[in-house]
Amino acid sequence: MIYRDLVIIGGGSAGLAAAVSAYDNGVRSILLLEKSPELGGILNQCIHNGFGLHRFKEELTGPEYAARYIKEFKARNIEAMNETQVLKLHEDLKVDVMSSKLGLETIQAKAVILAMGCNERTGGQISIPGDRPKGVYTAGLAQKHLNIDGYLVGKRVYILGSGDIGLIMARRMTLEGAKVLGVSELMPYSNGLNRNIVQCLKDFDIPLRLHNTVTKIIGKPNLTAIEISDVDDNLRPIKGTEQIIECDTLLLSVGLYPINTVFTEGAHGKLYAKTKGAFVDQNLETSVPGVFSAGNVLHVHDLVDFVSMEGEIAGKNAANLILNGRKVVKKVVEVTESNNVGYVLPNIIKVSDSTDSVEFSFRVRKPMKRGEIIIRDGDKVVKSIKAMDLLPSEMKKVTLKTNDFESYNHLFVEVKEL
Amino acid sequence: MDREFTCIVCPKGCHITAHDDGTITGYTCLRGLNYVKQELVDPRRTLTSTVRVNGGQLRVCPVKSQDTLPKDRVFDVVAEIDKTSINAPVHIGDVVIENVLGLGVNIIACKNIDVK
Ligand SMILES: Cc1cc2nc3c(=O)[nH]c(=O)nc-3n(C[C@H](O)[C@H](O)[C@H](O)COP(=O)(O)OP(=O)(O)OC[C@H]3O[C@@H](n4cnc5c(N)ncnc54)[C@H](O)[C@@H]3O)c2cc1C
Ligand code: SF4
Repeated sequence: MIYRDLVIIGGGSAGLAAAVSAYDNGVRSILLLEKSPELGGILNQCIHNGFGLHRFKEELTGPEYAARYIKEFKARNIEAMNETQVLKLHEDLKVDVMSSKLGLETIQAKAVILAMGCNERTGGQISIPGDRPKGVYTAGLAQKHLNIDGYLVGKRVYILGSGDIGLIMARRMTLEGAKVLGVSELMPYSNGLNRNIVQCLKDFDIPLRLHNTVTKIIGKPNLTAIEISDVDDNLRPIKGTEQIIECDTLLLSVGLYPINTVFTEGAHGKLYAKTKGAFVDQNLETSVPGVFSAGNVLHVHDLVDFVSMEGEIAGKNAANLILNGRKVVKKVVEVTESNNVGYVLPNIIKVSDSTDSVEFSFRVRKPMKRGEIIIRDGDKVVKSIKAMDLLPSEMKKVTLKTNDFESYNHLFVEVKEL
Repeated sequence: MDREFTCIVCPKGCHITAHDDGTITGYTCLRGLNYVKQELVDPRRTLTSTVRVNGGQLRVCPVKSQDTLPKDRVFDVVAEIDKTSINAPVHIGDVVIENVLGLGVNIIACKNIDVK
């Protein structure tokens, strides 16, 4: 058995920021575990630029953003164990790992930070009738093959889902000589950022079909064509609108979900149904005492800057717990999403003497040109601010500063459309 | 006819209109105004791609254009990058192609890659 004060699971943006922040807040016995040979996580394959505008006030590519954090991490001589996969986390903060160097090993920690990132949804989770030929990939896997392994997965490409990864891949594959025939989005609006629709689709005249989906996959053993159809307001395919598109590759860009098996199976951690991430308090501590969560494993982010910030919060609070012990909790206030809000974090506020500010992260459920973000305690409004251009694809934040948290019973976060 | 733009400078993606009378409205910050002014006369884009690496721990290295390139020359630049290979070790900021196609812009490395 190995002993460390703090164990961080995952060496992406969240894990790196958490490690640096825990170190800067006084913890010295830190071990970061990463299953792949490299630190940096998903950023390594995101070679496009657009990272770090908030953090560094300049536009970086994913690998450049990662390199800045890796440099900070290494400058502090924090211990990292690569090629080390966490198999299970136990409630008593023992971490079972399988490592290329140590084989099977167990680490006893005083605090653990979950930073394992997310997975892409696949064709199995969305059900399309037809064959299961070669040539169907998740957009992120195609991205990894092109940007890290150095090869293009196909030449005539169709994309299902208008998430950013799919849009970015439409441009990238077009530039590398593939023909991208179009993108279908089930919803009446795109899930990707506007700027990506412009610079990844419009720049190359790639059609975006809204309220449309892939209804059949054709070809055996290799993909030869797909059938697409328009959908009605209940998102059911409309008969007579079918169109056959010949292609050798279908990319699925249909969403991401946090990977929490390590947390739920061994430690019986509680998940929040809306995010599939951990149920957390304002310190990002989960239902398992001493276990914190940050980044895409907590909720799927669109901006890496916010992932880093979350990692820092988790790192700081884990350091606080390790070095100063637990504060007396005077009251627990629940937080719940309400009208037009898809989810809100944190799920609970543990009010102590020093609780004077809480930052809420949330996503709206539908696009709204103008809205009013409202935080209320029961029926009583405690804060409201106006906001423009609210989109489901953009995570929003609102901070509540008050010394009155103890007077609240149940907070709701909602958006009124104006 | 008025021309509509979506600003691509930051993730906010403001809708900006260039009116017939020469006025530009809808931007939130000056970078957006400058983007549309530029877009009207000479649209430019930043390019990111990968270049082959010899003898490195990875087979390809991510690269970017150090500044924006004329939009209609982007494909030509990709072809240049595809013809190129570099030797490990690679450091962030290394110039991979100097003054690519005489456009006055360097292609630079975005990742540190050690020797295998
Ligand atoms: C494909 C894609 C494109 C994106 N594009 C942009 C963009 O253009 N701009 C922007 O700002 N943001 C973008 N984002 C968002 C942002 O980059 C990510 O949200 C952020 O980098 C995620 O960081 P993370 O640390 O939470 O997860 P990750 O980077 O995924 O890191 C998780 C790490 O944990 C490791 N791990 C997982 N399970 C285990 C285990 N059991 N044991 C050990 N290690 C484990 C993984 O190997 C990985 O290295 C994108 C995200 C994705 C997925
Ligand atoms: S105008 Fe300014 S704020 Fe709006 S998208 Fe462009 S850069 Fe961003």
